[in-house]
Amino acid sequence: MRFQQIDQFAAELKADTRASVYQSTKTTHEKRTKLLFDQFTDPNRLREIAGEIKQHAIENLDTYLPRVEEKLKANGAQVHWAATAQSACETVLRIMRARGATKMVKAKTMVSEEIELAHFLEKNGCEAVETDLGEFIIQIDHDHPSHIVRPIIHKNRREIATSFEREGLGAYNDDPETITRRARHFLRHKYLAADVGLTGANFVSAESGRIVLVTNEGNSRFCLAATKCHIALVGIEKIVPRDRDLGILLNLLGRSGTAQDLTVYTEFIGGPKSAAQPDGPEEMHVIFVDNGRTDVLATECRDILRCIRCGACLNVCPVYRQASGHAYRSVYPGPVGAVLSPLLAAEKFPALADLPKASSLCGACNEVCPVNIPIPDLLLRLRNKAKEEGVPSPGTPPMGAWALLASQPTAWKASLVGGKLMNHLPTKMIPVPALQAWADKRELPRWRGGEFRKWMKARAKKPPSP
Amino acid sequence: MLNTERKPVTGKRVQLMATCLCDAFYDDVAAATVEVLEHLGVEVAFPEAQTCCGQPAFNGGDWAASRKVVRHTVKTFAGEEPVVVPSGSCAAMMFHGAVLEFEKEKDVGEVEALGRRTWELADFIVNGLGVKAWPGRYDATVAFHRSCHSRGTKSGEASLTLLNAIAGVRVVEFGEGEQCCGFGGTFSVSFPNISTAMGALKLDHVRAVKPDVFVSGDMSCMMHLGGLAAKEGKPIKTLHLAQVLRDALKGGPR
Ligand code: SF4
Repeated sequence: MRFQQIDQFAAELKADTRASVYQSTKTTHEKRTKLLFDQFTDPNRLREIAGEIKQHAIENLDTYLPRVEEKLKANGAQVHWAATAQSACETVLRIMRARGATKMVKAKTMVSEEIELAHFLEKNGCEAVETDLGEFIIQIDHDHPSHIVRPIIHKNRREIATSFEREGLGAYNDDPETITRRARHFLRHKYLAADVGLTGANFVSAESGRIVLVTNEGNSRFCLAATKCHIALVGIEKIVPRDRDLGILLNLLGRSGTAQDLTVYTEFIGGPKSAAQPDGPEEMHVIFVDNGRTDVLATECRDILRCIRCGACLNVCPVYRQASGHAYRSVYPGPVGAVLSPLLAAEKFPALADLPKASSLCGACNEVCPVNIPIPDLLLRLRNKAKEEGVPSPGTPPMGAWALLASQPTAWKASLVGGKLMNHLPTKMIPVPALQAWADKRELPRWRGGEFRKWMKARAKKPPSP
Repeated sequence: MLNTERKPVTGKRVQLMATCLCDAFYDDVAAATVEVLEHLGVEVAFPEAQTCCGQPAFNGGDWAASRKVVRHTVKTFAGEEPVVVPSGSCAAMMFHGAVLEFEKEKDVGEVEALGRRTWELADFIVNGLGVKAWPGRYDATVAFHRSCHSRGTKSGEASLTLLNAIAGVRVVEFGEGEQCCGFGGTFSVSFPNISTAMGALKLDHVRAVKPDVFVSGDMSCMMHLGGLAAKEGKPIKTLHLAQVLRDALKGGPR
């Protein structure tokens, strides 16, 4: 019997990578829980309300998207729509070319990872420098993020120091402060040289057209302070109906994601430079990216579009903790990724159909999700979709024969008794692959099929004890 | 969403869903469940045609196969009496999983109806019958594993209420109690490395507090953890809550 790719990946993961992923996810998760329960009487109710707000928003995008476009335009921003990753990338390039720009500084945005923007711009003769420290390290290492909030959770500082030395950023020094200072020093020049600053958006209010950005390093502010043109790349599911919805969502995002009351920087961007707003880039573009989202909206897994990318489900997930993010072979790893990535893969679903299997369905993700996404239910739906589409699933025992047996009581009872033969067989000879796979790692208890039924019958015959 | 709204319990007769695991391996757990319920004055009927709740195929993604088994279960447990099951996981299958896989089926109503009268054992005793005290004695340090399928239900709390009510029981907390044991049904055989790594972590935490016995309301978790510990050559004593309750009535650990 072959095993699942993610399981293999986990088995081959370096022990110290696993240890650091485990330690930091566990610590963040525990702080998150303490913070929420110390500060709120009923954080679970808050998660439900936040979930309802986002669910309402995604189910009414046809109302809110035109509204947000109108507001953004009134605020002086230009609005673009990109149906695919390709068209999103091309829109960015078009904006840059129109300005004669070749240099971009980027804040952290998962959508840009999703559409592989930096790669595309490079191919087209533009430079796109990551300014988030983690993303910067990923970029110089030609690596991929392994966590949606902490892209380099899989790296230790010795590896980072080695990369910095290799890139000519200074002699080997693995002191985190030195690493940060060196990156900052290098990036300062990049900010000043760039013409375009690219950010994502954590939320966009349909009421005011405000774009909300949360960061901890202040790099997105630098991106906007030094450049003349701001491009915001926004997944269409980032809309919230009203400004006041941000109260609850921001309260939950910082606490859930990084165990902070609020991230260090929370920016509300109302538009480009104007008489009323004397600072900031003179040009602002908002690109709304679909890239498969409306197709997800049409499925029964649409709840996943509530996601506010906090990373809490990754932190609590026992499978993520063992396997780390690269095991998921996609931009979005962990429980959220196990749902979102195969869905966004569209016709390539079969290639990622194993992701929803990488879960014991323990439900911890649902319990921490600030927008209360029933992730286990969605994983189950996708497992069923894979089954219905006939995608092979290594190691998953076939269920047809079992279902037949379990709907025929006479056959069931006979096999209960017959199973006793197993007690006399060496494990290797048990004719059921799933039981063999089980017994390879764990002792199998003694088969006592039918004993309870016998016991029940025997006491039914006895006169009831007084 | 978990559908944990229950019909209030009226009569004192229940149907026992013994679970396929008890049917095949853990007959003493099912027997203890019967004795515990009878101690509370509950008459226990055992529908002979019962097999399994349908969860293996549901979790494996084969909903068509699972529905076949659920339909059989619905037929087997006809009637109005509460159905009591010594497993949080099978209970959740009845009030949540089955409903999910039947959402587009014509007979979803019957499935929902069974779900509304299906109770996990501890939940039934404490919240269904209103019993919060437990007579007898059981001298032991107990580590209690709160199984994942009881998240969002009242079962975990109910189990602890009962354990703490037994004279002589000392419940000890262990690290990362909220984490999964790594069983996960088919997950345990298709992701053997991750599954056993999760189990090993759980065992480390449990062994660190040196309990006399490791107790749960779900034998699937115990089968995995107990089996893992035995394979390591360091077996631990595992019991179902029902066995502890019954043994307390009989004077203590067997
Ligand atoms: S699914 Fe929920 S917990 Fe996971 S990243 Fe998204 S919002 Fe956070």
